[in-house]
Amino acid sequence: MNLPGMNLDDEQVQIPHRPLAPTGGPVDPAPAAPRRGWFSGRAALSGSGEGKLAGWRAFGSGGEGVLVPQARLSGPTPWVIAIMVTITVIAAATGLALRNIANAAALDLAGGVSVQIIEAQAPVRAAQAQAAQKALLGVPGVISARVVPQAELDQLLVPWLGAGMSDGDMVPVPAMIDVRIDGAANGARIAALRAALGRVAPGARVDAQSHWLAPVFEAMDSLRWLALSMIGLLALALTAAVLLSARSALGTHRRTIEIVHNLGGTDAQIARIFQRSMGMDATLGSLVGMVLGQIAVMVLGARFAGLGAGLLAGGVLRPLDWAVVALVPVAAVVLAMLTARLSVLIALRRML
Amino acid sequence: MTGIAGEIARFDNVGLRYGPDREVLCDVGFTLHAGHFYFLTGASGAGKSSLLRMLYLAQRPSRGMISLFGTDAITLPRHRLPGFRRRIGVVYQDYRLVPHLSAFDNVALPLRVAGVPERDVVQPVKDMLEWVGLADRMGARPATLSGGEQQRVAIARAVIGRPELLVADEPTGNVDPEMAIKLLRLFEALNRLGTTVVVATHDLHLLQKVPGSLIMRLDRGRMSDPTGALRYPPRRENAQP
Repeated sequence: MNLPGMNLDDEQVQIPHRPLAPTGGPVDPAPAAPRRGWFSGRAALSGSGEGKLAGWRAFGSGGEGVLVPQARLSGPTPWVIAIMVTITVIAAATGLALRNIANAAALDLAGGVSVQIIEAQAPVRAAQAQAAQKALLGVPGVISARVVPQAELDQLLVPWLGAGMSDGDMVPVPAMIDVRIDGAANGARIAALRAALGRVAPGARVDAQSHWLAPVFEAMDSLRWLALSMIGLLALALTAAVLLSARSALGTHRRTIEIVHNLGGTDAQIARIFQRSMGMDATLGSLVGMVLGQIAVMVLGARFAGLGAGLLAGGVLRPLDWAVVALVPVAAVVLAMLTARLSVLIALRRML
Repeated sequence: MTGIAGEIARFDNVGLRYGPDREVLCDVGFTLHAGHFYFLTGASGAGKSSLLRMLYLAQRPSRGMISLFGTDAITLPRHRLPGFRRRIGVVYQDYRLVPHLSAFDNVALPLRVAGVPERDVVQPVKDMLEWVGLADRMGARPATLSGGEQQRVAIARAVIGRPELLVADEPTGNVDPEMAIKLLRLFEALNRLGTTVVVATHDLHLLQKVPGSLIMRLDRGRMSDPTGALRYPPRRENAQP
């Protein structure tokens, strides 16, 4: 092969010899799938022409010669993703904590029944309470029946009545019996308890403890749905943000895309470039968002733990919950890449 | 659809209309035969670029039939277009180099798009840049190159994959006359190796510089064949690679 170098002044210019593609005849049904290389994202050649390998996203040297230059964290997209992931992590953690609280409370209260002995005269009330306790223990399925001591009841009422007001006969307070049964306190079981009490304490009032807290459970359920809805809305917002970003990038790099297209680049190759670019943005944004979200969740957790409230104690996140929270940034990256790929492919369909 | 052997492209009654306006190309018909050198001439706005865009598969016609490499290009499924485009080299008047890529990377682009392994990219690109006289400007970005240098990079990029058809749209429009002749020499050299070359130009002086070239003329969207050679091309032995 004769390579004459700068030979444009020569009358007979010679071209570096490479076999010419066959002329005529049918063309390959489809372009050969590119092997691992520039467009498959492994190796990139130095822009200086020295053949150095650069990063996987690079299409030139040191990230400067990328086919679609990347703004890294200087653009708005990673920060938008970071904010969304932060809020999603907090929403997911809140939803999981509420679920744990509800489950713990439901487990605690499922077999709990409260019996009130409503009698104005204290001696009669005490006698009925003792008799009721015995009667309740005789009912099949009752595990325990504890008469709540008067001192304990007084203590519970102090915030409302003040110290000493509920003592003796000043304010008659019903005697309370805390009953535990095996299984859930459904209507039939409550009726059986009422029947057992009818003979010894006709004025007794029997309530399933879960019934009292039903509005609380309903409120928690609403909050859980709210958290789920927030996650869904944030996913939609993330999709919209990525769509806008991908469209903007397509507009900015339209000329480059046309060049690559005319050189025989496939839609998948071009989409892959944007998909990777968005994937990098989303990864950076998601990592930042995850860290911020985790910090927020831990600080909130510590604050609620400091309250020492029995109900809230059940809201502690377990390792599996943390694993679910850790999936948020992964899902954000996957969603962002998928959205970028699809939006670019749809846009490319409009070109020939 | 299978075409005639040695036939690179065939246009039959091709019309092109952008939107509701009148056709920019009307009843265009011609055949490009393998190994020939064609000039496409016509005044500015005659439809040369539109015709070339259809030839290098960047535009579909509004009507008519186009056959490329013996295959109906109109009904060609989208996924097969890249394979055809890789057989066509394109040189633009405005070069269309990727601005943030070096001369080396711009020339390497078609090979990388085609999935050529990196080990097989470096030397051919160096050779090609050497061939166009830019061995010492491999790392330069387009913005730092002169018009003639940019056009030579664009030509190197167009021919690095040794296309069967080279389409050049006013390739000498932005270079001085001396460089224009030099660029034509490059096209001639490629043509001698068997590549069919189509050069659109409104510079009639260039036509005399390539002996044996065939001339197509577009006048307000209609094709004329001043030499009669489009319909009845002279027999010519293809140059051996």
